[in-house]
Parts: sequence; structure tokens; C-alpha cells
Amino acid sequence: MCLAIPGKILSSEITNGVRVGRVQFGGITREACLDFVPEATVGDYVIVHVGFAISVVDRQEAERSYELLQSMGVLDGELKSDLEPS
Amino acid sequence: MKYLDEYRDERIARALVAEIERRATRPWVLMEICGGQTHTLMRFGIDELLPKGIEMVHGPGCPVCVTPLEIIDKAIDIASRPGVTLVSYGDMLRVPGSKTDLFHVKAKGGDVRVVYAPTEALKFARANPERQVVFFAVGFETTAPANAMAVWQAKREGLRNFSMLASHVLVPPAIRALLGSRRNRVQGFIGPGHVCTVMGYREYADLVREFHVPIVVGGFEPVDLLEAILMLVRQLEEGRAEVENQYVRSVTYQGNLHAQKILAEVFEVCDRKWRGIGGIPESGLSIREEYADFDADRIFGTEGVTADEPAECVSAEVLQGLKKPTDCAAFGTRCTPGNPLGAPMVSSEGACAAYYQYRRHLVGAKGGF
Ligand code: SF4
Repeated sequence: MCLAIPGKILSSEITNGVRVGRVQFGGITREACLDFVPEATVGDYVIVHVGFAISVVDRQEAERSYELLQSMGVLDGELKSDLEPS
Repeated sequence: MKYLDEYRDERIARALVAEIERRATRPWVLMEICGGQTHTLMRFGIDELLPKGIEMVHGPGCPVCVTPLEIIDKAIDIASRPGVTLVSYGDMLRVPGSKTDLFHVKAKGGDVRVVYAPTEALKFARANPERQVVFFAVGFETTAPANAMAVWQAKREGLRNFSMLASHVLVPPAIRALLGSRRNRVQGFIGPGHVCTVMGYREYADLVREFHVPIVVGGFEPVDLLEAILMLVRQLEEGRAEVENQYVRSVTYQGNLHAQKILAEVFEVCDRKWRGIGGIPESGLSIREEYADFDADRIFGTEGVTADEPAECVSAEVLQGLKKPTDCAAFGTRCTPGNPLGAPMVSSEGACAAYYQYRRHLVGAKGGF
């Protein structure tokens, strides 16, 4: 659970007073809170940890570390949820 | 699409290993703090690539592994009550409590659910006002702001059916405890890259001054770790003890101030027990008085629960870098990821599970020192 996964921001909106966006991790899309990275906009790459973007990174960095996590086979467990469909 | 350029990475990795070899004139014991880094080290066999004298020991940086037994027991107690939905991160379900684990509570009909983000638990609470939704929140400084935000939002919305069983831990006090121990062997630390993404590395500068030990904040890729090791070896060989930042792609000196703000709003520093290690002063975060209505420990009256850890599990020594998982008599036999005796065998970031996954051939072998 302590992994942080880079993904691409697809959308951004204010819900319940908090900025949330859809973030794409390879083939999976998840909702993520963007309140900790106010500088990030749609199309940017962010490192997401338990549904919260914690930093903005460049695209190459994001893609490389995503590949690494995938090659270690740890992504499925990390993004698993009983409450949100994939 | 293949972004991980293995050739290039391997070439850089070999160059880094050669440079480490050239620089190291004597043995050094280094510790990586973060479980994610432990996983990468094992997955790529980096510890085996290193020159003989450079020994990597694995730190207590897996939140699942250091959550005290009594808090698991509390979660099990709360999850077993009618009307409660207990929500947590996937790994927590298999962590053994004193008698059972959350997975068994679920199998017996308890409403226990896995989420990847605390905000999902909030959503569930909003949609199911008849359920008492308890989020079992563990984590280091990387995770704590996200958990804090869930509590903050619940209070703002006046949600009456959401609470948190919180067990957060802080890295710098753990390093301080390790360095202060007479049994300490660690001479340099790879700092946790994502914890520092949130918190920055000011506190690590304090540790470096206090103990004259080098700390290099590192990332999670093989090349990151090798570069951090090289930076540590250079400092050690030159007699320097500084805090350096290898993971500049994500970490700044001050960290993420937005995340730190919500953290301080909801939580306050407290003394905390670490599974396998014991009590460490000012090493945890608890829910502030202003948010007491959202503190599951108070709501469900579980504050007094205590528990003793099983004697066979030597995770205390493993988490302090005094033993390797393969030194444990139960490793790979009575303790496996399918049937874990201790928490480090549960999460893929736990040292025992990482060894099991990538070093099964060492079962029965006595490694280390
Ligand atoms: S192998 Fe199992 S019993 Fe041994 S230290 Fe690790 S978790 Fe504990």
C-alpha cells in the first residue's frame, strides 16, 4: 500500500469542495484528489499515493517508473478496490 | 510501448556498481528505510550486485509491518460488530492479530472492504448512512495527509457515520531510535523518497547533525538506489555526514506544503508503539481533540486493548536491521505469504515477503553475520 504510482491527469473538477480528477495509470483510470498539487493541470503527470497526487513529474519520468512498477507486478494489488469498479 | 530502456539502465547500473567498488576501501553497512525500496533491491538483486563489503540491511519502512498487534486486534473487534463496515488498504486484511485476521472476519460475514484510497470510504459512508463506516488508516507521512483529508472532509460535511482507526508512524523518530540503540550497525541511510516528497528533508538534516551519519534521500528505481548507495559511500569514505537528495525529480527541501498543512490540521504528534520494535517517543500521529468525534478508538471504546507478540517471529530484529529474514527459523516454512506469522511476511513491501518472493532458494540458508 505504500507505493506511489505516476499517472496522467485526464480531467479536473471541484467536488464537495475538493479538486478531484480522473487519473490514468496504464489501462486503469482512478479518481484522485488534486488539492495537494494546485499547480497541476489536465495533461500533466502526477505521482499518486492512496488516491492523492503528491507531486508533479515530467512525462518521461512518469512513464519510466510506471513501467518499472508494472514489471514488478505490484500494480494490481495497489489499485485494488472493493468499492470502485476498474 | 516499452519505456524502461533496459539496456541503457543496465549499462548505467553497471557503471554505478563499478564506481561504488572503486570508491569503497572498507566495509559499510547501509539501510534503506522504505519498503518500496526494499522491494526494488530484492527484485533486481541489487544487494547481490554490490561489492562484498557493502551490506544492505532493511529498515522498518513498511507501515503494514509496524502496525502494532493491539491495533490489528482493535480493528478486528470493531469489524466484528453489527452495523459496522470496516474499510482499509488491501494488505491490512491478512496481517495476523492475536487470534485471527480481518480476512477471516470477512469470511465469517463481517463487512470488511478493501479500498485504494480513503476518499472511497468517505463516499461509501455518504451513500450508506445506516452503516457505521470505519476507515482503518495506517501509513507513514506519505499516506497520513490523504487520511487526514478524509477526516477533515467528514467533519466539514457533518458526516455522522464515518470514523477513523488511525495508526500513523513517522520516519525520522524511527531513525533516531535505531541510531540511539547500542546494537545499531547502520552507518548510512537511504532516505524514503515519497515520505520526503511530502515532508521535505529538513528533519533529516537535523538527524545528520545529531548523529554524524550520512542520509541520501533516494528514489525507487534500480539506478536511483545504486546512485544513492554511491553517494553514501562517497560521503563515508570522505568522512562527511550530510543530507543529500538523489530523488530530485520528486523531492524538494521543504516538501509539499499543502499536504503538510492538512496533516497538522487533523493530527498531532504522539508516542507510538511499533510492532516488533516497541515504543518510540513522538513517532506517531493521533487524531486531534477537535476531531475526536471521528476517532474510532474513542467511539468504540477500544482504547485499553493490549496484546503480546508471538515469540517465534523475529521481526523486531529484522526491522532494526539486526537480522535478515533468512535468519528466522520460521522463514519459508511455518511463515509464508500465504500463512504469515508476522507482519513483514504480509505486504509485498515487507522485508520477509520480498525475500520470500525473490530469494526462496535461500530457505534454510543462514545468511548475514
Ligand atoms: S519470516 Fe515470518 S516469523 Fe520470521 S521474522 Fe519474518 S514475518 Fe516473522
